[in-house]
Amino acid sequence: MSADKVAEKLKASTVGIAGLGGLGSNVAIALARSGIGRLVIVDFDEVEKSNLNRQAYDMEQVGQRKTEALMYNIEKMNPEVDVTAIFQKLEPDMMHFPFEDVDIVVEALDSAETKVAFIEEIMLKLPDKPIIAASGVSGIGKSERISIHKSGNFFLVEDREAPSSDDGILLAPRVGLFAYWQANTVLEILTEGLDVY
Amino acid sequence: MSIEVNSKPMDWIEDETIKQLLKRMNYTFPLVVVKIDSQVIPKAKYSETIIPDNSNVEVIHLISGG
Repeated sequence: MSADKVAEKLKASTVGIAGLGGLGSNVAIALARSGIGRLVIVDFDEVEKSNLNRQAYDMEQVGQRKTEALMYNIEKMNPEVDVTAIFQKLEPDMMHFPFEDVDIVVEALDSAETKVAFIEEIMLKLPDKPIIAASGVSGIGKSERISIHKSGNFFLVEDREAPSSDDGILLAPRVGLFAYWQANTVLEILTEGLDVY
Repeated sequence: MSIEVNSKPMDWIEDETIKQLLKRMNYTFPLVVVKIDSQVIPKAKYSETIIPDNSNVEVIHLISGG
């Protein structure tokens, strides 16, 4: 059975997560539970009460930096994960720096403009790095419209018909579907060749 | 004399730039990532990059929310 091999492989892997909102915080939790060795988590925001409908924080963490709060939550559930928390706004030409030594990059940002700028920069500056992005998370139901688009080492979990979050509602179940699909794709790439079902 | 855009055949137009192609496809300019034959093209070069005949263009559209 390859369970040990999987555990060993995940333990030796590093995943970078850009943005710690509904997508990023839940991707981090899923990967931590799965036994990932190291996470590099990047965000510049603080936890707000309005985030709690979908993000992996609690009432007592309102006002804390998301980087600190998430590091604490991960530590509580799996103290073996080595977490590098970077409190930093992702600025053009510098947003790839935190991800230079990770195995896979997870795009978990909020606005479409930032998503595009980030994906473009990672593709240009770190061309061999797999990127797992998400698009179209807002709304309720319509789970069957979600799919994954692959292009080289770029993976996009998407619902092309979803409204922008400027016009749509963001809630835990649907955002969680995307986040867990992203995390599942991370595991799929990391365990490639290990004969896992 | 054709190109593929997101796996769909389209007419190739001589000297058409990425910017013009996006306009032809009614795509919102700042919210996409464009790859031509697997190579990502920086946004700053959309108005100067000419689409070659027979090329495979991918326009990846991103929608806000996270």
